[in-house]
Amino acid sequence: MTTDCDVLIQGGGGAGCSAALHLAQRGVHVILLERGLVGSQASGVNYGGVRQQGRNPAELPIAKRSRELWGRLKDIAGTDAEFTVTGHLKLARNDEEEADLVAYLDVAKQYDLPLRLVGRNSIHQEYPWLGPKVVAGSFAPEDGAANPRLLSPALANAARAAGADIREHAEVVAHAHDGTRFHLRTSAGEEFTAPILLNMAGFWGGKVAEAFGEPVPIEPLNPNMLVTEPIRYFIEPNLGVVGGNVYLRQIPRGNVILGGGHGESDPSVPWSRPLPDVSVRAMELAVELVPAIAGAQVIRSWSGIDGRMPDRIPVIGPSRTTPGLFHAFGFSGHGFQLGPAIGAIMTELVLDGRTDIPLEAFRIDRFGTTAA
Amino acid sequence: MKVAVVGAGPAGVRAVERLVAAGISPVWIDEAPDGGGRIYQRPPAGLARDARTLYGFEAKRATSVHETLDALKPKVDWRPETLVWHIRPEARTLNTLSRGRQAEVAYDAAILCTGAMDRVIPVPGWTRPGVTTLGAAQIALKTQGCGIGRRVAFLGTGPLLWLVAHQYAKAGAEVVAVLDTTSFATKLRAAPGLMLGGMTFAKGLYYTAWLRRRGIHIAEGVTPIAIDGDDNGVTAIAWRDAAGREHRAECDAAGIGWGLKPEAQLADLARVPFRHDPVQANWVPVRDEAGRTPVAGIYLAGDGAGIGGAEVAEIAGARAALTLLADAGHRIDPIETVTLDRRLASQARFRAALERAFPFPTHLARSIADDTLLCRCEGLRAGELRAAARAEAATGPATEVNRAKSFTRVGMGRCQGRVCGAAAAEVLAAELGCDVAAIGRLRGQPPVKPIPIPAPVSAP
Repeated sequence: MTTDCDVLIQGGGGAGCSAALHLAQRGVHVILLERGLVGSQASGVNYGGVRQQGRNPAELPIAKRSRELWGRLKDIAGTDAEFTVTGHLKLARNDEEEADLVAYLDVAKQYDLPLRLVGRNSIHQEYPWLGPKVVAGSFAPEDGAANPRLLSPALANAARAAGADIREHAEVVAHAHDGTRFHLRTSAGEEFTAPILLNMAGFWGGKVAEAFGEPVPIEPLNPNMLVTEPIRYFIEPNLGVVGGNVYLRQIPRGNVILGGGHGESDPSVPWSRPLPDVSVRAMELAVELVPAIAGAQVIRSWSGIDGRMPDRIPVIGPSRTTPGLFHAFGFSGHGFQLGPAIGAIMTELVLDGRTDIPLEAFRIDRFGTTAA
Repeated sequence: MKVAVVGAGPAGVRAVERLVAAGISPVWIDEAPDGGGRIYQRPPAGLARDARTLYGFEAKRATSVHETLDALKPKVDWRPETLVWHIRPEARTLNTLSRGRQAEVAYDAAILCTGAMDRVIPVPGWTRPGVTTLGAAQIALKTQGCGIGRRVAFLGTGPLLWLVAHQYAKAGAEVVAVLDTTSFATKLRAAPGLMLGGMTFAKGLYYTAWLRRRGIHIAEGVTPIAIDGDDNGVTAIAWRDAAGREHRAECDAAGIGWGLKPEAQLADLARVPFRHDPVQANWVPVRDEAGRTPVAGIYLAGDGAGIGGAEVAEIAGARAALTLLADAGHRIDPIETVTLDRRLASQARFRAALERAFPFPTHLARSIADDTLLCRCEGLRAGELRAAARAEAATGPATEVNRAKSFTRVGMGRCQGRVCGAAAAEVLAAELGCDVAAIGRLRGQPPVKPIPIPAPVSAP
């Protein structure tokens, strides 16, 4: 059986579901094909940080646009996905890390990102629960966190209501382009065709790009995540560190969510899991930031599969080999915040042929590996 | 050859016994300080009570398991008070935590004898102080020499209901009611199969008759209404009898339980596949009759591999060890394996009859009232789970149990669904109008049980 549509999307993460929603809202007949359930991998298992601070400057215009969508998420997706503006406090543990925080102030200024340095004299006064190793911090008041398990399903649900066709358990096993249309076949033997294809398949986006003659150096990235039992609520801001080897936040119900390092995975299954020594190390690093979490019981840990590019920023933009193909994948562990805006931007690329967001830094041929 | 055995209950003891006899000295890990498993858990040092008082009809078996355990300890790498919180079958390593100390144990083959826990159906008031599971009520009596209350009601189904009620009455507690949710007719239908159990069946009849003789209120085919109470705990239990009449008995504690479920988290983390067993109404890890799983190097025995009881656990433990030895190229006695297999087969027939006599009351789980607390760790009521299964939910309907967990946090708390999982699955399946096997199984994640964040080590 063959099904025609205007736009095919491969990949039902936050970005793909947002694209389906934005396209459907503009009257496009869109079909999204998701191998498992929407939001099963990177979009659904990540830390839940909704953060602009510390990003590669190239990502800041997207992050800013996404932050505006996050603020309206309840209207857009029927739920705020527990998005809470807690602020994001990035911490330095030595002089070198502090210098890094200071240097980023200039970037923030340039991109109009509100950021406040909390220096040595005030960091322990403002946050008396921080451990002695912390020497300074920088606070981004507009940042926060959300529940990653809710975002993609809610966007998919809203997209369905707007007329999008979201197909779960639809694994694409064959890609072809006949010069004008894409032909995708699923493992169930169904065929889908459209003149436009959006490759939003996370780590597996690398395989899709390869199928159209533009391979990229992408690696699986497995966040190593843990959560504790509920304890007294006292950590308001979402916490990170320079270098990113640990991050933690507490939700008002009391659970502390922490991460650091990487787990193991087999993307062919797909299967992923945290690594025990990495989990123990993440606990050690976290308790140095906030000693009062010592003794809290870790009740669960998990991982998932994201795609990491060598320069740690995604591939976004048109294909260099195939007309009608657009990529947005390889978010390198920090795509959750960007997802809503990516859907809007891809919609503009497809329907308007342009977007106000500069995408030059994300072009697919930047690695010099394209065959064609 | 490096062998690890997890668990020192009846299955673990008999497994290690065979390994040691074959010249292998395994790493032997148990969470308890002194082994014995839940069924033969020993009182702490200093609390001396004789085996007959502690274990009743099982005294001889208990004593034998304990004696074997104690004799084996010096011959193995015995690690009590140790939690195995993760396993990596790819690397063949176990991660353990003992008194705050992390360790990694390498193995070539591992026998997981991880036991079982009570299966609970939430009843209004089930989280009050003074309400425990049947198993916990029994352990309090066995290891601490104390009861869960002075005037105790027991509610649920299964052989343990009658055994614990008998033990409490014998120990001097006032048993105000024994309330079995299974009807007498259901048990009667299973009676021919139960005869296969011989002594076990006879013991069951004995407990029931003993309780009746003492004028203890016994009711079968009941529907629980609530466990009432105030801030201090339980004050009464209310139920509806088979004819629909409401009853109430004052009490200060209640023990509840509806059979057992395997503690199979470690097998799950070891990537052993699971199947839904409709007779047990449990998800059980896949293994052959000899205890071998599809995962290289992983063997299972005892209730953790599917509920069979302590007698089966001893046989299965020995059998799994012999399988491991045979797989490793040891010569094993074929007569012994045939004998063990025959005993396992006969016990399996009895066990199936027992499950039919005391079936998991799916109807009760499915009809839990909307405002009854379902997942106590996350404070989730049954109605909230039902709402997540409906199409009007903002996330779309949760059509599978892990999606329901994602959306509502059911089974996401401290117990990771070990307590609420069975009932939650029935509630979700009923709302979706499908069989419980169709909605899948809660995914296991490390740690197997909670592990604490260590104190900071670095000096300021």
